[in-house]
Parts: sequence; structure tokens; C-alpha cells
Amino acid sequence: MNDVMIEADGLTKRYDNVLALDRVSMQVRKGEVLGFLGPNGAGKSTTMKILTCFTSPSEGSAKVNGCDITGDSIGVRSSIGYLPESTALYHDMLVLEYLEFVAEMRGITGADTRKRVKIVVEETGLGDVISKEIRALSKGYRQRVGLAQALIHEPPILILDEPMSGLDPNQAVEIRDLIKDIGRQRTVILSTHNLAEVQIACNRVLIISKGRIVADDTPEGLRDRAGKARCVVTVLKKQDDESFLKGCEAAFAGLPGVDRARRIEDAENGELSFELLPKGDDDLRPSIFRAAVDKGYTLVGLRREGQNLEQVFRELTTGPTAGGKAAA
Amino acid sequence: MHRTLTIAKREFRGYFNSPAAYIVVCLFLILMGFFFWNPFFLINRASVRGMYDLMSVLLLPTMPALTMGLLAEEKRTGTIEILLTMPVKDGEVVVGKYLAALGLLAVLLLCTLAYPLSVSTLGRLDWGPVFTGYLALLLEGGAMLAIGVLASSWTDNQLIAFFTSGIICFAFWVVSRFLPFMPQAAASVVEWLSFDYHYQDLARGVVDTRNVFYFLSVIGFSLVLAFRSLESRRWS
Repeated sequence: MNDVMIEADGLTKRYDNVLALDRVSMQVRKGEVLGFLGPNGAGKSTTMKILTCFTSPSEGSAKVNGCDITGDSIGVRSSIGYLPESTALYHDMLVLEYLEFVAEMRGITGADTRKRVKIVVEETGLGDVISKEIRALSKGYRQRVGLAQALIHEPPILILDEPMSGLDPNQAVEIRDLIKDIGRQRTVILSTHNLAEVQIACNRVLIISKGRIVADDTPEGLRDRAGKARCVVTVLKKQDDESFLKGCEAAFAGLPGVDRARRIEDAENGELSFELLPKGDDDLRPSIFRAAVDKGYTLVGLRREGQNLEQVFRELTTGPTAGGKAAA
Repeated sequence: MHRTLTIAKREFRGYFNSPAAYIVVCLFLILMGFFFWNPFFLINRASVRGMYDLMSVLLLPTMPALTMGLLAEEKRTGTIEILLTMPVKDGEVVVGKYLAALGLLAVLLLCTLAYPLSVSTLGRLDWGPVFTGYLALLLEGGAMLAIGVLASSWTDNQLIAFFTSGIICFAFWVVSRFLPFMPQAAASVVEWLSFDYHYQDLARGVVDTRNVFYFLSVIGFSLVLAFRSLESRRWS
């Protein structure tokens, strides 16, 4: 396919003896806004650093815009605009100076420089701060300068590492809308651990956990896939020991139609909460209620809820078997 | 190539965006003025011969101060990530940064031209050794700067970079003072390795290509190592 912009094949990265990335393969097509999702330390940044040629993979290969990341790293870097997680800029420079510097480094010359700087300044709304020192800018504005430097050479591919972290909600919304806008003409990979952002900004989601891709779908698809309504049961603690807890868990897990029962942590003092996932689409509540009565549990809460992306994410990125199972 | 210059330009301007460069240059010039004029009228000769030895000592603390931040600071703040994901070769980054520091050394040396100029008004000054003296300083300072860039590539702490390069440069400089205490065979090798051995000839007015070549090799070797060290991030 010609419109594949990024193609990674078996990317593996080891730091000393720690496996940061474990055979990650993916394809990103033209025009996609790909959300890269995962807990901290899952390998999001490592993947991005490899794709931008800041670091090299221990094994595996990747092509970006047709250029190999080891063979033609200059070609790769020319086609990418990159905003690293740290958004570290030269604090002693003026915004304008900085953008002109980046433009020059990106091979833009003469009158084009002024034109391009003007365009990205408009795009990212930097007009008011153009002659300020970068050190004097707020986090939100720095993020914009970071975006502006990534956009200045009109790259077909944008790689943004947590572009919305550390911003207040208003700034985050602004940046998100900006990225959505930018993504109309470009291929974008953005990483985040905020699920709401992914749902709004991206049209495809990759979930990565412990260095492996555990899910690859649209935000809607992900929700549908794990869309079975779960039940949350809360009972009063009878006595304060493990056996009661285990007894409850076993009792709920043993109910007909229950796929999995798991304790969840959000219970009040003196209460125990469990999350029950059904095998089919049946409503589990009646049987849970009957089981509680039979066993003599004091039921204080029972609700059924559709899964949102957050639960899917939690499910895919926690638990020992999560990785293998979901990838299969 | 143009990227090398772009980096050099930015870095050179950066020196003047903070007080660091001004402090270094001023301190250098103040100390020079003090130590130069003090004995000058005692000797009572229109010569700037003493100036070069003095300057080569003053370079020892100032050159590491100019280079300590070049790569270490970029690593500490993370700006290096944007820099190295631009379409620029690692080598161009190293050379660009080095050129900026060399530019500042040139500015520093230009400021000290005031000395030979004012001496020349006091008596007949032989300009030949003045120029070779400056050449020697540029080469020795350049070698120190290259070592400084190397030290800066090893760490993300400016202070460590400063002391590392300071110690290495000092070792190259001081080692010739210990020659009498060394066995003959070792002494000749060590002497050849020392800054002073090559520097003195040049400062005396003798331009021997071997001496020039020595300093250029130190510069080249250090910069290649710095390039390697920068590149090693990919594999760690």
C-alpha cells in the first residue's frame, strides 16, 4: 500500500537488561490520528524516540515515509515533526528567534522562513508572545511553541509525546482542538494517558503495555469489543480477614454466567467491592442478589454499567495475562 | 554544512544571552591586566613575551567554562531531543558547538590585542612572534575547547563537565613540569604529549608544522570521541 506512512516491524528495545519494547509492529496510514495509549513506562516514548531516530532499536526495523530509520535517518527526520515529552526549548531565546532557528535547521531559507514562521505562529496562536523570551512563557504557550517548531517544515508526519500533559483543562482543550485541526492533512501519532483525549482527538487507538501492543482499534471499536456491561457489587465486610474476601470472590466468580470476578479498590471503609464480568449479555444482577442472600452477605450496592474506554484500558494494561490474551 | 553554522551561530549568540560569557571574558582580561603590567615596567622591555605564558595559564580555567554547558546543558534540559531529531548529523552538532566556542576564544584573543598594541607605542615591538604567539594560543585554546566539548558530552552536569575538562587540560599543561623526575624514556614521550612542549616553540616564533599538527590532532581526536559519545545514546 502506498499510503502507509509509518511501518514498524518487530521493534525491540533493551536498556541494559530491561526490556522496554517487545516486538512492536504497526502500520500507520496517511491521514490517521493515532492515539498511543499506555501507563507510564509502557514504552510509548521509547517507540517515539525510535521512530524519530533519537535512539535505535535493539532489534527490528521501521520505515517512515518510505525511509528506513537506520539506513536513511536524515530522510526520516526530515519527514517528521516531533514534540518530545519534555517540550524542552532553549529558554534564553525569543520565540521568534527560536522558530527561525528551527526553520534554518530544517533547511528553510530566505523569504520562505518569514512566510513559514508567520503561518505556524497563526496556526498555533503565538502572535502575542512572538517577541517574548521562551523562559517567560506559561506551560501552555511553551507547548504551542513546541508544536510550532514541529510544524514549521510542513512535515507529512507529526509525532507528539504527551502534548497535553501538564496543561490546565482549558489549555488542554485548546491544544487538543489544534491537534485535531492539524491532523486533517497529516499523519499524527500522539501519546497520552488521558483516555478522554484519545476518544475526542484520535481515529485509531493503540494500547501498549509493558512494551507490547495489547490492542489496536478505533476508540468506538475498543469500547464495543469490551462492551459487555459489568456489574459492581458492594457488600459489608463481615470480619476483617482474607478468608471472607476470598469467600466472596469465589462465590461471585462461581455464579452461572460470570466470566470473571475481581476485587476493586474503590470501596468505603468496612465495605468490599467486586467487579463481575459476564460471559454473555445477560443481566447478572438477579443472580448476584440471590447469591448474596443465600450466603448471608449484606448487599449495600449493586449496579450495572457499560464499559467505557477507561475500563477497557485498565483491563488491557493490568493483570499478568492481559497482554497475551488481548493481543491474540 | 549550513546546519553546522546554524548551530554555531545560535550557540555563539547564546553566550551573549547570559552573563556567563561576559564574566569569563572580563575575568580573563582583568587578571591579564593585573599580571601583565605588574612586572612589565620592572623588565623595562617592549616585549609581550610574558603575555603568552600568562594567557596559556588563564586559558586553563576559562576554556572549560566556555564548553561545560554546550552538550551537558542540552542533555539536562532535554533540548537535545529536538536538536537531534532534526535532519542534522551528530557530527555537525559537535562541530557546530565547537565552532561557537572557538568563536568566543577568537573574541577573547582579539580583546587582548590591546596589549601588544599599547606596548608597540612604548617601543619597537617585533610583530612576528606576536602573531605566532596568537597562533599558539588559538591552537592551545582550541585543543582545550575540544577537550571541553568531549567532557560536556559525557555528562548532563555542567559542573562535572567543567572539572573533568579542567583536570584533563591541566594534566596536559602541567605534565611537562614533572619531566625531571621521570625516567628518560618516559620523559621524552610525555614531553611530546604535553601542551607546553608544542606551545613554547610556537610562542617563541617558530612555526613548525609538527606543533600545529599536534594541536590539530588533539582537536580532531577529542571531537571524534565527543561525536562517538553523543552517538552512543542510540545504543544504550
